[in-house]
Amino acid sequence: MKPVGRRRFLAQAAAGFALPALSMQTAIAQMDQLDPLVWVFTKGAPVQRGRVRIELPPMADNGNAVPLTVSMDSPMTAVDYVRSIHVFSERNPVRDMARFFFTPRSGRAKVTTRIRLAGSQNVTAIAAMSDGTFWAEGVHIEVSVAACLEES
Amino acid sequence: MTARIQLVPARPRRGEIVEVRVLIQHNMETGYRRDEEGRGIRRNCINLFICRYDGVEVFRADLSSGIAANPFLEFYTVAGRSGELEMWWIDDESTQGTERAPITVSE
Repeated sequence: MKPVGRRRFLAQAAAGFALPALSMQTAIAQMDQLDPLVWVFTKGAPVQRGRVRIELPPMADNGNAVPLTVSMDSPMTAVDYVRSIHVFSERNPVRDMARFFFTPRSGRAKVTTRIRLAGSQNVTAIAAMSDGTFWAEGVHIEVSVAACLEES
Repeated sequence: MTARIQLVPARPRRGEIVEVRVLIQHNMETGYRRDEEGRGIRRNCINLFICRYDGVEVFRADLSSGIAANPFLEFYTVAGRSGELEMWWIDDESTQGTERAPITVSE
């Protein structure tokens, strides 16, 4: 267990008091724009909330293979398309989970895969558009059995 | 390393968006597990996947140990001309894999 930072502790404490209906908002509130991972991706540009969609089941018995879909509505033309969608984990040992890169020839900015999750946490998707804007959305998932870290 | 590729629809019309499903056989070893003697098993994950359509990149993914074993990817491409889709990937031990699928486009 790594020590829980003060900022994260406060964020989690706040999340614990929030109403379930607000869980989407608390999930995104925990995406810190000064987080080095986010910073490397956005180079400090502001990240707006919305437009990108992230789909995860609300609960998973097993964190070894959880279906994930990220997508964004876009005409996907040469002048207006989604460049990439990055997926960040809050609690996994490797937080930079995946980055998906599109071109106008992708036709649709949508990817489905299966991910590993080391326990209940928020998962955030950040999309980079061809016009230079960034959009983010997060979801919370409860995981009963985390993906194995030590034993096989 | 082998992979299975499925296109939906199998015979798209020109301009139609095709769903590409790829399933690659790979452990995606996290680097956090130990063998029976207690020695750490080295991390070995596919870290890069690229799909090309007649040599032109249409989709790319940077992957990590956060992707489940036997990675599954479902993405899209626009049907242009009849040709070939090539999937290419590489893991942390620099082992490369490739798998091709013909794409037949009806007018």
